[in-house]
Amino acid sequence: MTQTFMEPGMSKTTDQKSNIARRSDRPVEPTIFEKDSPGLRAIDLPALDVPRSELPEDLLGKGPSWPAIGQLQVVRHYTHLSQRNFGLDGEFYPLGSCTMKYNPRINEWAASLPGFLHAHPLQNDRDIQGLLELVWNTQQFLAEIGGLPAVSCQPAAGAHGEYTALKVICAYFKDHGQSQRTVVLAPDTAHGTNPASCAMCGASVVAVKTTQGYTDIADLKRIIAEQGPDNIAAFMITNPNTAGLFDAEITKIAEVIHAIGALVYLDGANMNAVLGKTRPGDFGADAMHYNTHKTFSTPHGCGGPGWGPIAVADFLEPYLPTPRVIKNDDGSFSLSTDHPRSIGKVRSFIGQIGVAVRCYTYIRACGPDGLTNIAEQAVLNANYIAAKLCDVYEMPYFDAALGKFCAHEFVTVPRRLLDQGVSLLDIVKRLIDYGIHPPTMHWPVHDCLMAEPTETESLQVLDHFCDAMLAIAQEIESDPESIKNAPEDATICRADEVGAARKPVLVWPEG
Amino acid sequence: MQTPTDRKYAETHEWHKLDGDVLTLGLTQFAVDELTDITYVQMNDVGSAVEAGGNVGEVESVKTTSDVYCVVGGEVIEVNGELEDSPELLNSDPFEAGWLIKIRVSDAAGMDGLMDAEAYEKSCGN
Repeated sequence: MTQTFMEPGMSKTTDQKSNIARRSDRPVEPTIFEKDSPGLRAIDLPALDVPRSELPEDLLGKGPSWPAIGQLQVVRHYTHLSQRNFGLDGEFYPLGSCTMKYNPRINEWAASLPGFLHAHPLQNDRDIQGLLELVWNTQQFLAEIGGLPAVSCQPAAGAHGEYTALKVICAYFKDHGQSQRTVVLAPDTAHGTNPASCAMCGASVVAVKTTQGYTDIADLKRIIAEQGPDNIAAFMITNPNTAGLFDAEITKIAEVIHAIGALVYLDGANMNAVLGKTRPGDFGADAMHYNTHKTFSTPHGCGGPGWGPIAVADFLEPYLPTPRVIKNDDGSFSLSTDHPRSIGKVRSFIGQIGVAVRCYTYIRACGPDGLTNIAEQAVLNANYIAAKLCDVYEMPYFDAALGKFCAHEFVTVPRRLLDQGVSLLDIVKRLIDYGIHPPTMHWPVHDCLMAEPTETESLQVLDHFCDAMLAIAQEIESDPESIKNAPEDATICRADEVGAARKPVLVWPEG
Repeated sequence: MQTPTDRKYAETHEWHKLDGDVLTLGLTQFAVDELTDITYVQMNDVGSAVEAGGNVGEVESVKTTSDVYCVVGGEVIEVNGELEDSPELLNSDPFEAGWLIKIRVSDAAGMDGLMDAEAYEKSCGN
């Protein structure tokens, strides 16, 4: 990018305060405070048309040191920042475990319809019938897709869904005189949110060993005996699991868990890979959550606004949160709070409606065949890349000759390349020069990369990724040092992560 | 790897050095090399009780956060304050200046299950 004109405050000199190494010919965008231009303003407020009222002395302070800045400069500032952002709308983003797939624009159209956009949470039921019908229909879809009949749309994120479902499970056991069931089992490769949700519910977590990426059933049985079968509330499993593998033993695992009176919780993070192919309710799950940003192309909220609806078996339905959207005998819809055994509210009102509209739109736009095709394409894409790379990038869980395939993502531990003296970081930073976002590193196993192409990428993009990965391997073979300074072609080359963590600059101006 | 022979080692990569009834505990070179650059160290407070086999704090690196375990029971009598401002000491000198915590030992039974330097090196694949 060529910068011909400089905004006030924009500097080409290295900023000693910031923990970044960068190319000297690329300007760093200053903070908006550094663009302070006395005399400018972004908007004109209308003249005061009520009597002026003086504030009490003790409420007056110095006030925030907001910059004076014009509207155009504000727009340029944020445009510059967005241009420095490496996003899915610009580049391939194969971040393993995160399902960075394309969010079709039709979702945005639907969410912007005035009836959804301007609905107020305190409006009377009869004035928001369309919205309630959409939520009710979405619940039916999610029940059918998961094979679990009762759905709550309240939880505000996947992890919040885990928490809500665990609360529901705890309430169920308490109601059945088994409140001593407070131990939750999870594979040692579980998402970090699993133990966190358990802790929030007052449950303790015991990790079950995995072998070759799969839950070790012998270890599961050993832990059950050790902890006492009557103390176990649930087994939490992600399937396809965090190593990108579908655990075909899941029905056996579910039998073991059900035999001791405990329940199976399915972390729905990887539902993208099994849509229309199999259903958690059919392979033994009693409760699950959806990560709609991964499965149904709602925005990756980075903390919000998110949505993590849950689906549960019939016998858990009485404990779901309220208010619930119900369909009346006359075909109308209303919000119902008359559920005495409910765990109560876990969020204000009925949930994140804007996200629900996007999820509904996606499901309707794809239809049953389209959803099934998503799973097929996601799995095919990941296996296509794995097959093209596996001779150069070792893959512990993939071996086409042995019939060992991955699901929607693959894991590589590129030992031979690492032994040449490069780090995983060097490899992924070099990918940026090829216009590709780095895959996930060091998770779920040591020294690994995990990449997930998703179903929305074309063959050309997959081939470009493979070519780039193979070219980087070549570069390492001929001169490992050559990629140590990658990326060569980015505004910011290598952030000083150690300095940023050890001596973070958290406020501006400093001090 | 130079592994000191004046102390014993846990599978979870902590070294335990017992001197009278005072135990000094730290992480091994292997552990800090695997963690890469340490950015933050948080040990349990002085005066707090330590359960044999329990967690005595955590160490954060750019790569991960790891719990630190101690095989003896007792009471925390000192934590290495130097690490608060200079966590990099743990990377540069894990066996000496980068020690983590000192414990007055009331239950030393766990020491018997630890490895000597040679067995530990072997367990790390060296």
